[in-house]
Amino acid sequence: MGPQHPSTHGVLRLVLELDGEVITKITPHIGYLHRGIEKLSEYRTYHQILPLTDRLDYLAPMSNNLGYILAVEKLMAVEVPERAETIRIIMAELTRLESHLVWIACHALDIGAMTVFIYAFRERETVMEIYELISGARMTSNFFRVGGLSQDVPDEFAKKVGDFVDVMPGYLDQYEGLLTTNPIWLKRTVGNGVISAEDAVDFGVTGPALRGSGVDWDLRRDNPYSGYDKYQFQIPVGENCDTFDRYKVRLIEMREACKIVRQALDRLKPGPVLADCPQVCYPPKENVYNSIEGLIHHFKIASEGFPAPEGEVYQGVEAPKGELGFYIVSDGGNKPERLRIRPPSFINLQAIEKMCLGSMVADLVAVIGTLDIVLGEIDR
Amino acid sequence: MAENNRAVIKLKEKFTSSIINIVEFRGEVTVTVAKDAIIDILSFLKQSLQYNLLTDLTAIDYLGKKEDRFMMVYLLYSIPNKDRLRIKTVVSEVDCCVPSATQVWRTANWLEREVYDLFGITFDKHPDLRRILMTDDWIGHPLRKDYPLQGPDRDPYKGRLS
Repeated sequence: MGPQHPSTHGVLRLVLELDGEVITKITPHIGYLHRGIEKLSEYRTYHQILPLTDRLDYLAPMSNNLGYILAVEKLMAVEVPERAETIRIIMAELTRLESHLVWIACHALDIGAMTVFIYAFRERETVMEIYELISGARMTSNFFRVGGLSQDVPDEFAKKVGDFVDVMPGYLDQYEGLLTTNPIWLKRTVGNGVISAEDAVDFGVTGPALRGSGVDWDLRRDNPYSGYDKYQFQIPVGENCDTFDRYKVRLIEMREACKIVRQALDRLKPGPVLADCPQVCYPPKENVYNSIEGLIHHFKIASEGFPAPEGEVYQGVEAPKGELGFYIVSDGGNKPERLRIRPPSFINLQAIEKMCLGSMVADLVAVIGTLDIVLGEIDR
Repeated sequence: MAENNRAVIKLKEKFTSSIINIVEFRGEVTVTVAKDAIIDILSFLKQSLQYNLLTDLTAIDYLGKKEDRFMMVYLLYSIPNKDRLRIKTVVSEVDCCVPSATQVWRTANWLEREVYDLFGITFDKHPDLRRILMTDDWIGHPLRKDYPLQGPDRDPYKGRLS
């Protein structure tokens, strides 16, 4: 099955051994999209690595940016201004919405519900427009910077985001109306792809897939970063460990994401969006254009970067797919000695054999959808 | 401080002779241990101290910077206690083989395959040690420091010629 199968979300190849329609062995073949991002990172300064992270999980670029930036900020001990943190949270949650919208669209399409696909991509378009509004790009945003953001958001940002999170719950009701009580959807998802909580932890499964198996664990609440401890939100947890519960968990997560964005918009106060830390951060653009010192400063940071203290840090964030981690080992130079990315999709995909052995080929399609994998992140 | 870490206290009691050093940086504790005790220590941490999630497993190549070339890194997380611990072990180039952690966590299967693929470190008693990201007939291990960035048999990129 694959690498050109429509349900394999890119270039995943699964070698299946079948007994009639029943799967007896699965051998996943990955690596078709391997670009050596970890190797490339060893040859780039800390600021230059950021655009590479957009290309990991390309359906959730801001989450990848956030994980990497937080790891570098931990290494450099940089304090981020509050406005920047709040905008980061807004964007991280919008990214979660966007990623889950693509998930529900493709997952439903794989199982035969095409309407949901069209609807979800309509809402996703609004998120893409917000991306474009603030960063100029629809997917590879490259918007965050070490110490804050690349620039402040335009004035219409708050209104556009606010309007979106106001209407989004209504759209979620629409999807639920199409799916939650749909007999075909229930037949395809209830009792499909079961993985117990013990097995899920043993396989290192994280994110909505782990919560669907009843493990109440979310990094945003349990190891808060970027000021998540100031927000009120629920962590949905499933009971039956199957595809339907993972579907429910993700839908509630989308509703909670809307609430977090609403709270963040209320907290959004004017202020600086970049830390005052000239050794590490880029200067504000008006200084670069209007003073020779600013230009020199920009040139130094862009060409040489900054030396990081010797040591190693790990930062995990709750990305839409699970725990996305960046482990940076610094030898004191301006480039990392080693940058390791902990890709949630890669580790979640490993559980596919556990979830599918003994089930039908058609159920495998539902499991690939429910794992919500992105090959850009698996292969790096 | 690192001395007050719950895992460090227990490890010091039980594996005194195997601990090489303990470092704390930015609030993260790293314990370097001897290679022959690695599986005992990992199972002890999982069984007795509830480090039930193997977050990540990777390697670092210190070619020309340290006496022993490789370092294996295990990032552990405890879901009940919500804390992290990093265990490292030194691997020399001559004896480039580490006992497999697949007997402790099944997560380790693909992660060790990746380390084997990209660093060339082999794992003793691994159930399925094949390349994972590179093709089966690939020669060399790309994340090694002596592997050229542009790949084998190609001149290094020197910038645009025009």
